[in-house]
Amino acid sequence: MHSISRRRLLSLPLVLGAAAVLPGCAVSGPSRGSGGSSGPVTLNALFMKQASYSEDDIRGMLAAFRKAHPDITVQPTFVAYEALHDKIVISAPAGTYDVVLIDCIWPAELASKNMLLDVTDRYQRTWLDDILPGTLGAITYKDRRYGMPWIPGGKIFFYNTRMLKDAGVDETAMSTWDGVLDAARTLKAKKIVEHPMVWSWAHAEAMVCDYAQLLGAFGGRFLDDAGKAAFHQGGGLQALEWMKRTLDEGLSAPSSTKLLEDDVKKVVVQGDAAIALNWDYMYSESNDPKQSKIVGELKPAVSPKGPGGQGPAVDGSMGLSVTATSKHPDAAWQLVAFLCGKENQLQYVERSLPVWDSAYEDPKLTSGAQAPLVAADKAQYGSLIERPQVVQYNAVSQEIQAGLQSCLVGGTPAAQALADAAAKVNRVIGG
Amino acid sequence: MSLTLRRPTSTAPRTAGARRGKVERQWPLALALLAPAMVVVFGVVLYPMGRTLVLSLVDATSALQTEFTFSGLSNYTALLSNSEFWATVWRTAVFTVFSTAVELVVGLLLAQFLNQRIRGQWFFRSLVVLAWALPTIVSANMWRWILHPEYGALNGLLMHLGLLDSYKDWIGGPTQALFVVALVDAWKTTPLVAILLLASMQTIGDDVYEAAAMDGAGAVRRFLSITIPMLKPAIAVVLVLRTIEAFKVFDIIYIMTRGGPDSGTTTIAFYTYLQAFSNQEFSLGSAAAYLTVLFIFVLSLVYLRMLRTDSGGTA
Amino acid sequence: MRPSRFYRPAMYLCGALLAVVVLGPFALLLLASVSPQAGLLGKPPDLWPDSPTLDRYAAIFTQAAGGVAGDFRVALVNSLVVAGCSVAVSLVTGVLGAYAFARLRFPGRRLVLFVFMLTYMMPPLALVVPMYMTGAALGLLDTRTSLVVVYCSFTTPFVLWLLSGYFRALPAELEEAARIDGCGRVGALVRVVLPVARPGLISAGLLAFLMAWDEFFYSLIFTSSPASKTVPVALAEFTGRYSLDFGLMAAGGLLAAVPPVLIALIFQKHITRGLAAGAVK
Repeated sequence: MHSISRRRLLSLPLVLGAAAVLPGCAVSGPSRGSGGSSGPVTLNALFMKQASYSEDDIRGMLAAFRKAHPDITVQPTFVAYEALHDKIVISAPAGTYDVVLIDCIWPAELASKNMLLDVTDRYQRTWLDDILPGTLGAITYKDRRYGMPWIPGGKIFFYNTRMLKDAGVDETAMSTWDGVLDAARTLKAKKIVEHPMVWSWAHAEAMVCDYAQLLGAFGGRFLDDAGKAAFHQGGGLQALEWMKRTLDEGLSAPSSTKLLEDDVKKVVVQGDAAIALNWDYMYSESNDPKQSKIVGELKPAVSPKGPGGQGPAVDGSMGLSVTATSKHPDAAWQLVAFLCGKENQLQYVERSLPVWDSAYEDPKLTSGAQAPLVAADKAQYGSLIERPQVVQYNAVSQEIQAGLQSCLVGGTPAAQALADAAAKVNRVIGG
Repeated sequence: MSLTLRRPTSTAPRTAGARRGKVERQWPLALALLAPAMVVVFGVVLYPMGRTLVLSLVDATSALQTEFTFSGLSNYTALLSNSEFWATVWRTAVFTVFSTAVELVVGLLLAQFLNQRIRGQWFFRSLVVLAWALPTIVSANMWRWILHPEYGALNGLLMHLGLLDSYKDWIGGPTQALFVVALVDAWKTTPLVAILLLASMQTIGDDVYEAAAMDGAGAVRRFLSITIPMLKPAIAVVLVLRTIEAFKVFDIIYIMTRGGPDSGTTTIAFYTYLQAFSNQEFSLGSAAAYLTVLFIFVLSLVYLRMLRTDSGGTA
Repeated sequence: MRPSRFYRPAMYLCGALLAVVVLGPFALLLLASVSPQAGLLGKPPDLWPDSPTLDRYAAIFTQAAGGVAGDFRVALVNSLVVAGCSVAVSLVTGVLGAYAFARLRFPGRRLVLFVFMLTYMMPPLALVVPMYMTGAALGLLDTRTSLVVVYCSFTTPFVLWLLSGYFRALPAELEEAARIDGCGRVGALVRVVLPVARPGLISAGLLAFLMAWDEFFYSLIFTSSPASKTVPVALAEFTGRYSLDFGLMAAGGLLAAVPPVLIALIFQKHITRGLAAGAVK
């Protein structure tokens, strides 16, 4: 899919070469599994279509894995992201898959329901010194590890440098959300763009991501130390009020409440908005002249800071896990360790950034077309905010979505909308 | 099935006895003939239905759960005392009534039109088949695109034509969105309704109309006092069929709105999906599914009673 | 009845309206499928592309399996096989069962009918989890067979409903004559009833085909490899997590409509005739 594969242009020769290069690489994980059960093994692995690593990339990785482990065959399955969670859950009793790709909002649910294998003790001691700490949330529940992070990343803050220049706004204003608000007002007043900001505030998980990023900046928390809802006061409330204000003033596109990440990308690359949050794939697409009118204008930056000086990005990392029902946990773990290993990830840095800190010294990342994005990503890793790590996360998220939408679409006052949502969240978590 | 309806005619008043004279008591043969269908349907569905019923009476909150505690009707009472659940029922009812009403009214007019003897009728009948054959997934994605607030084709078209000076959000707020989704459903399904009604219309003899015309009845009068009453059984079939389908509406919402905006399109099926799949609340989801069946059943009975037709002695 | 002179213009006005409502969206779909991605996103979009592209169709027909577009081609075949087999099975079982309901009286008839109707009312969401587990136990997951088995469970009641009404509407004298000539019940069904009932069989088969062709949710859950994914699932995968090339969706959607449209057009006459005598008489 040409519109999806990020960093495609750069990576094509690399993908082809990967299979040839890799046989020499050792698996960075413990390649001798404890069971020692020899004989050919077939693993089923569940991946996602059309984001970060492409199907071809993964097939290339699996070919390399096969070379290193001739007796392990891997049968990959690729499904849409929307179907990923449901597939994992429904297939669990049947034990269909040995390795699954998981999103950072699922480990609590899946681990607490015994669907993932606890691999804490299989980690090599040195790994934790090098894996980006922010990405561990994708596979951690109650301090136990249920897999390895594979795809790192938070939502990146983007702005259109040409538009800012036309409006006479200095880019330093982009370092705080107050500055962003003022800049948006200037952009609108000078008629550079009708709605300077655009967001993915549709009734979906995408909205919770944006909200989390703002909540973090305003110093809020989803849950307090006792595990009760805390987003309806302080920073959480200010974040929603801020969101509502930008809609009321016409600074955010009114359609934002219907848009998902892909819609936001389309609006931005068409030059219909100057400021947006999105996953890092928007950067390369903004520089693709086939669909973009703003080639060279978009700048990825560290997320702006709120009044308290924090500016976390919402964590969007994904990890690979061994299922608890796998009949070949040792072989499955070897596959996970191989795919998430630094050597393998370095072969495909143009598609997805590595989860290994030391890998960022690689010249392919420090120079080249993606360098600005890598810099922003790297700077952001130290400051990520997690969405609530609770067993009932999906239900909690649905209540938060309903609350946010009832304010942004239905016009319920922010305080009341969030108070209602908080009460419901407490009910969900409580019982 | 019980939806099989006979059309009462003035010339041959129906008598149950006359029909029953033709059928015989031959249960071994009946069993032999029904066995394949029963295997194919019940063999696949009865176990899951039973399991879902059991799940609705216990406390399953994980796909891997193996030990369950019987919880009686508590899942049902939890749903029935939850205002959010009733909101989804209400939305589903609005969706069902509105979409079936549109489909029925437009379908009737469309059938009447397709029943005219005009040149090129094959073309118009083909058009109807065309909309019907487009898979729901495509139709839902197509309308999502056409109505999109940022790059929708409708906005673009109206702007090209000078009818609009800035983009409009056609999905709108929660209430409007529900009606929009219902209309998208109607666009896809009205052809089926029209074809079912057209089929029935074709069984009305020309002589009936000619007699009425000689008595001085105009076209509208003839439509209202002959066509509609004669179509009552067909209308009942369509209503029951469409009600069952509309109450289960899922695909269109999964693609177009995912339950939003402001929960406006969270119908009972989508709610069931969220509970059972996103949240692993299998017991709650199962109870919601059985309540759905109950609602469909009651609605179907109401329709059949309202239209008071002979339902083949089976309803 | 002499139509008034407004009759024909009025009718063609209705026809024109119908054409706009049906063909309008189709035309947009067609334009989208040949428009470059950038043109589609403009504000207002470039709905009449200067340089139409057939790339997407080319991708669907030539891309190797493994790509999204190439997999779609495989999915078309899967859908044809699954829908075709479902129609065959549900027609055979449905004909036999419908005949029993139409012509025979037996204890428990109402109960059996009731249970058939109940299965049809059941939301698929409520059945899919236990079905998945059974499928896994039987090793049928991710096969076209599993889809045929599941699809038959909802197309068969539908066929049964349609055909039992149809058979009942056929004059019983036909068979009685045949049975006097020495045919058994089944012989009469095969030799006398079925030939007469051909329009009913065709319309029932067509409706069943469309139901199977359209089905999304079961397929989404049961299939995972291109070897068994059906068209609706392949189309849904055109929407990636972050990306949707609507033009590709449009091209795929139009191609997905071709088989049912072709079949429906070929049998168009029989649809109305078949249903006329069947469902609603």
